[in-house]
Amino acid sequence: MANIIEMPKLSDTMTVGTLVKWLKKEGDSVKSGDMLAEVETDKATMELECFFDGTLLKIFSPAGSQVAIGAPLCAVGKPGEVVEAPAGQPAAPAAAPASKEEPKAPAPAPVVTAPTHAPAPVAASVSEQSRAVGERIKISPLAKKLADEKGVDPSTVTGSGPGGRIVRADIEAAAKNPKPAAKSGGGATFTGGAIGAKGPVQIERAVPVSTMRGVIAKRLLESKTTIPHFYLEIEVDAEPLLALREQLNKGLADAGVKLSVNDFILKASAEALRKVPDVNASWHGTEIRYHAAANVSFAVALPDGLITPVVFNAHEKSVFQISTEAKSLGKKAKDKKLQPAEFTGGTFCVSNLGMMGIPKFLPIINPPNAAILGVGTTVTKPVVKNGQIVVGQTLTLTLSADHRVVDGAVGAQFLGALKSVLETPALLLV
Amino acid sequence: MPVITYREAIRAALAEEIARDENVVLMGEEVAQFHGAYKVSEGLLEKFGPDRIVDTPISEAGFIGMGVGASMLGIRPVMELMFWSFYSVAFDQILNNAANVRYMSGGLINCPIVIRGPANGGTNVGATHSHTPENVLANHPGVKVIVPATAADAKGLLKSAIRDNDPCFFLENTILYGEKGEVSDDPELLIPLGVADVKRQGSDLTIVTYGRCVLHSLAAAAILEKEHDISVEVVDLRTIRPLDFDTVLASVKKTHRVLVVEEQKPFASVGSQLAYLIQREAFDELDGPIHRLATIDAPAIYSPPVEVEQLPNPQRVLKAALAALA
Amino acid sequence: MSKKAVSTAGPTEEANVSCPAQNAQAPINALLSKEERIELHRKMVRIRRFEERSLRAYQAKKIGGFLHLYIGQEAVAVGCCSLMGKNDHVITAYRDHGHAIAVGMDTKALMAELYGKITGCSKGKGGSMHYFAPSLNYWGGHGIVGGQIPLGTGLAYAVKYKKLKGAAMAFMGDGAVNQGAVHEAYNLAALWNLPVIFVVENNGYSMGTSQARSSAGPGLAQRAEAYGMNWGTCFGHDIYEVRATMDKFLTLAREKNQPSVVEIDTYRYRGHSVADPDKTYRTREEIEEYRRTKDPIQLFQNALLAEGVLTEARIEQIDAEAKAEADLAADFAEASPFPTAEDIQKDVYWETDNPAQRASKGRLFFD
Repeated sequence: MANIIEMPKLSDTMTVGTLVKWLKKEGDSVKSGDMLAEVETDKATMELECFFDGTLLKIFSPAGSQVAIGAPLCAVGKPGEVVEAPAGQPAAPAAAPASKEEPKAPAPAPVVTAPTHAPAPVAASVSEQSRAVGERIKISPLAKKLADEKGVDPSTVTGSGPGGRIVRADIEAAAKNPKPAAKSGGGATFTGGAIGAKGPVQIERAVPVSTMRGVIAKRLLESKTTIPHFYLEIEVDAEPLLALREQLNKGLADAGVKLSVNDFILKASAEALRKVPDVNASWHGTEIRYHAAANVSFAVALPDGLITPVVFNAHEKSVFQISTEAKSLGKKAKDKKLQPAEFTGGTFCVSNLGMMGIPKFLPIINPPNAAILGVGTTVTKPVVKNGQIVVGQTLTLTLSADHRVVDGAVGAQFLGALKSVLETPALLLV
Repeated sequence: MPVITYREAIRAALAEEIARDENVVLMGEEVAQFHGAYKVSEGLLEKFGPDRIVDTPISEAGFIGMGVGASMLGIRPVMELMFWSFYSVAFDQILNNAANVRYMSGGLINCPIVIRGPANGGTNVGATHSHTPENVLANHPGVKVIVPATAADAKGLLKSAIRDNDPCFFLENTILYGEKGEVSDDPELLIPLGVADVKRQGSDLTIVTYGRCVLHSLAAAAILEKEHDISVEVVDLRTIRPLDFDTVLASVKKTHRVLVVEEQKPFASVGSQLAYLIQREAFDELDGPIHRLATIDAPAIYSPPVEVEQLPNPQRVLKAALAALA
Repeated sequence: MSKKAVSTAGPTEEANVSCPAQNAQAPINALLSKEERIELHRKMVRIRRFEERSLRAYQAKKIGGFLHLYIGQEAVAVGCCSLMGKNDHVITAYRDHGHAIAVGMDTKALMAELYGKITGCSKGKGGSMHYFAPSLNYWGGHGIVGGQIPLGTGLAYAVKYKKLKGAAMAFMGDGAVNQGAVHEAYNLAALWNLPVIFVVENNGYSMGTSQARSSAGPGLAQRAEAYGMNWGTCFGHDIYEVRATMDKFLTLAREKNQPSVVEIDTYRYRGHSVADPDKTYRTREEIEEYRRTKDPIQLFQNALLAEGVLTEARIEQIDAEAKAEADLAADFAEASPFPTAEDIQKDVYWETDNPAQRASKGRLFFD
């Protein structure tokens, strides 16, 4: 009897996965532990591992197809064994249950669709409330009509209505900004000529919302609209930190170690969380959970979005450990190789735009965290030290906090603790 | 224009029509000597005498049926039901005889009767006295159903109903009887049946409603504007059948979001019918599902503070409006 | 099952209507011309032949629904309706063919109505139970037992309100007397002195339940006493007696606005409707006995023969004409078109049938 391998659940919010590429073909012999295929989830591209020895008898879901969790992907069995394709199936579980719930009875469920022409399916299915290719697009009748009128492809739009329904406002927004942000380059220099004469900024086009963009859109919209954010900022004297960093990097250059400001901030955040543990918490409707470990995540920018890998137990790790781990996680993230376990479970998040010259900003909380730290660039400016105006280096930190969990005073204590640690950075080494 | 109560407006309509047409008579329990259980007909006996203002025994099947029979011969009786809730004991007369006689006679017989009285909850009179049968009545082709919300509408619509050649069922509200408004004293100022009235202009949400729920909706609309910056249009249907659906449609096309508010039990209510019509005729205009706020689905509870919650009220309308805008 | 009485509960004078010979001598009958007497006979025969023909059509599947035949009761409708003046009105229940012919409706339109044709008296919208002819003061034709009685009271109210000298005859069967609406109407009529006569055509069975099994008390008409109303009873197989009795009560109504309940004993030969079993609650012998001894047409025919008004030849001629009329009605009905789907929504509202005069706006019909 052949073993049917089904689409596994590879992330907390995944309901469908895209079969990016088969690594084995029908007839290949496989053994337990072999990688059979690459599967793109809402968060990352993962490998599909084989748990059986035998022959890959049959592939049910061709590359490019979107497949619901529990739906059969392939069969592995004895050579020559005949396998029937699982019989006609109901549609993908469009309205899948809450993300935390494991789907029961992964009954032979369906290949959602197998686009024959699309080289690499991009599509919007990202969470329990959004859709897979071929699944109905939830769109209000008016929005549908408007989309037709304005030439907006609804499949590229993320719905802000209940259950992810695309409503009028979404189409209007999409019609106003039909292009995704320019990747880079070409920054036209203003020469004083007629603006119109220079043509458009870029070629007008509609780009389907990727899995990741869909997740970002949904989660951050939800965060910004349902979490009562409040914002605190504090200025930190960065001179001691920069000095220590320079010293350490110089001393450890031969060992190939290069610590970033961010590494210190991750470590300092963990320390501050230890001192003000009320910030290391999350809102769960009827209860607030206070976490024992400071699992500090950090935002990594990717070409089409961002992801937040987690440094687990940062409060127990040295700056060096954190640095090494963060580098490895950052690379994996850029290669889309992060495993779900590596980007879920954070209890606090750090977002740093300092390297891009942003002096300060107010990030959106990454749920279910209670707070996120926004890190600006170090600024050289006149400061008052010992009653004298001198040239100093400062760093502005902002904290966006969930007022359901954290009150202003607690947030302030946290930023105070963070400031004091960062201004005495040597303490981070002990 | 004079400012009078809803009660006085109905009384004025009755007085004017009784004076105008000798075939108009007012009949019902306690309408004459007692001056009306809710004082609607106060003074009319003294003015018009016992042939025109007739006290009936408590005998709804008998006297409503009698009115139907008299109307077939050209009398224009206005029959007061002390509560519309009592329609159930005269159901056969109202909905078999009045509603059907024109049809079954192949158009030979008319039934120009008006049956009127209060149909509402909210006064802690329990389930037997709190029925709102406009959906049941309007389910019968051949009849007209009117539910006025304001004094001016009550007067103008009742006058139209009395002059109408089809059976007209006019549903008042004991809680509205004391509500005041500007009402014309022009005896020829009629409000035609089947013309809805936009009681408040708005752009974000259409509330389609009628009867006392118009007042709740207006109150909620004011809060929504002040506290949520939401602009609500309130469409008062005024008559359920004929139904001015064009006005509803125009509003839906303007706001794209709809909430129906009604003091009805939800199952197969007037709102159900509206929701069906709206989705069919304005499907591409909808930016969200049609929402509805009705009475909580149980017989009318007696307990005074809880009955307020069972019925639509401004707070419930407010919540429903926000949900409809999600 | 026969009772003979006229109450003195109201201001009615004692009326002696027990002897057929005396009935014939009653002024209302004595004054009848020869042709008027023949016309009474002819109407009864026409009713019977019409109904027999309709039964055949029913069995040939030309007629839908129910068919409640009046055969055996003809003298009641013909006798009562023959007394109608121009301000007198009639309303009855679902066994309404006899009254319709008695008031003068065209049998072609009646048969066409049974056939569901547009040429029917209600354009095929009412059917057997819902015949109406307001121009003949005939207000139906009502399907719900007892439901027409408040309406009949309303007709009387309107007559009185308009200060006309007239009366309403509100017919019902013996099965209707236990309906609440009937008692409510009794009360209103008595309370307000309305010129209405509640005519209880007692054929012994409310559908299949005998009077003994359905109605308490000494008699159906006698219930009027509770309301202080006049009441009386008479035999319905003698058209003279029906006329003599009803004339007294009609006069009380027209002249003094006094309502009454009159119970007329009669009998139907057919089932409650032609589709109902007929032998579960009575015997064939009972029916045959009545037909043999009390058939209203036969008895009146005998009387007219005795009076020298009719001859056997004339009787045969009348009967042949009645059969021919019934056949003609059936042919007419057969040849007539059905209403169309467009007709379904006509005659619902006065306003939509008279669009030029419509005052209301908005939708009156839904889909």
